[in-house]
Amino acid sequence: MKHARTTRAAAILLGPFFVLFTLAMVLPIGYAVWLSLFTEKQSGLGFGGTETVFSGLDNYTAALGDRAFREGFGVLLGYCLFYIPLLLVGALALALLLDSTLARARRFFQLALFLPHAVPGIIAALIWVYLYTPQLSPVVSAMESGGIGFDFFSPDGALPSIVNIALWEWLGYNMVIFYAALQAIDRSVLEAATVDGAGAWRIAIAIKVPLIRASVVMVALFTVIGSLQLFTEPLILNKGTGSAVTSTWTPNMYAYTAAFERNDYGLAAAASILLALTAALLSFVVTRFTGRKGKKA
Amino acid sequence: MSSPASRGRWMSKTAVNGFLLLAVVYMLFPLVWLVTAATKDTGGLLAGNAFSFDGFNLGENLSNLASYGDGIYFRWYLNSLGYAGGGALVCSLICVAAGYAFEKYSFRGKDQLFGLVLMGVLVPTTALALPMYLLASKVGLVNTYWSVLIPVLVNPFGVYLARVFCSGYIPNEALEAARIDGAGELRTFWSIGLPMVMPGFVTVFLFQFTAIWNNFFLPLVMLSDRKLFPLSLGLYSWNTNTHGEPSFYPLVVTGSLLAVIPLIVAFVSLQRHWKAGLTAGSVK
Repeated sequence: MKHARTTRAAAILLGPFFVLFTLAMVLPIGYAVWLSLFTEKQSGLGFGGTETVFSGLDNYTAALGDRAFREGFGVLLGYCLFYIPLLLVGALALALLLDSTLARARRFFQLALFLPHAVPGIIAALIWVYLYTPQLSPVVSAMESGGIGFDFFSPDGALPSIVNIALWEWLGYNMVIFYAALQAIDRSVLEAATVDGAGAWRIAIAIKVPLIRASVVMVALFTVIGSLQLFTEPLILNKGTGSAVTSTWTPNMYAYTAAFERNDYGLAAAASILLALTAALLSFVVTRFTGRKGKKA
Repeated sequence: MSSPASRGRWMSKTAVNGFLLLAVVYMLFPLVWLVTAATKDTGGLLAGNAFSFDGFNLGENLSNLASYGDGIYFRWYLNSLGYAGGGALVCSLICVAAGYAFEKYSFRGKDQLFGLVLMGVLVPTTALALPMYLLASKVGLVNTYWSVLIPVLVNPFGVYLARVFCSGYIPNEALEAARIDGAGELRTFWSIGLPMVMPGFVTVFLFQFTAIWNNFFLPLVMLSDRKLFPLSLGLYSWNTNTHGEPSFYPLVVTGSLLAVIPLIVAFVSLQRHWKAGLTAGSVK
């Protein structure tokens, strides 16, 4: 009796979530897979309208065969190799500094460093692009008067420009996660290490960091997934004059362009799925290789 | 006077706090620029010396913002408030109900279902936007409020967070007591569980509110009617005009400043909650 009652209650409480989960996640994934297997063909000279024909894996081979798409993954790889270590090391370093006994005004530092995260991504990108634009930017004019000429939109400048925007948005957020984890460490462990003669530096590297490994793994995981979706920041840079950022610069931009400029939904779906598969693969690698204690997020 | 050891400590202290201050400067100067830039006219902005108050024009900028395109900016503002406020409220309720059910009931297939939720956390959401657009266009929802609102009601990470909070905030004894008093299961959730887990509810709400306020890709894909735009998309559309028409710069800058304020206020006043949310997401 009681069992049936609680099962019914559980079903009612879980119902809304799983209905929406199905509508907004499961169905779109299924539909994307379906779409990616079809191609729209113009019949005749294009006067007869279009017909949708099953094309198997053609869309996948077309995407993978397209240099622009492959280069998009190259851009992502460069971005991740550059951004993820900077983010993890930077956020860890700031958290350790804040956690050290020497830091003052901890609440102020936490809030001030976190604040950029309250700025919507699109607005963060706008602010920075304005700060990169020679006519608008006090930064560029200050650099010029110091004899440094750097074009933030050039082929060499675009990637660092975008990494900087992402770091600005996420450094403080992840710092707070690490700091919270550091605060949860049992202080007696640290006291024992001090008694054994370990210095602050040694304690930070050899004791504190290994103890918060679960948080580091989680942050790495979410950063990888987030990085693969890179879209907003380059889209804004793309509108900058003379920018090296093209409309297919990242795989996500490629999918967007395929769908909304070329109206090739099959190709766009295939590109999206390849991107999602990459994310799944990388999540698997990150959780596996960071090993034993890396609990599920 | 001071021993070498204490002088060394003083120097380390300066180094630690100096480094933190440097990081704060990096974090805050773009925001300071946003504030000073919003006070300038087009000429002052293009002169590039934004940290001064030359060409003070804030009042004019605000009134242009209010009047341009029949006051469409404040329509976007209301839209954002509606999408983010309404969406986050419903989403948090749905997440807390699901998290509560996962934490407090045992039923067949629970672990598998929860595993599905955790997998949902890892799905790149932008990969879903395009098929979602095509599905929405099939059922005629494209370019409606619903097309932006329905997808943001789902947040698997919110369910995970809610479950963690329910395990921490709702003792099973309280639920048992309610049951002994004859309350039905849903009544128990609504009158006992939900009030107890309110701090968790607020946390999920805050995170979802921010996520929806910041949402850009989904509205970009779904909406073409400017009247339905949220702020993010509206400001983006104005920014694309700045090339040919530099007079859009003050609109975008001043509009961005106003768009940032609610979130900064929320984060400053609800510090306890976002810290709790970040901790619950990482340490457990």
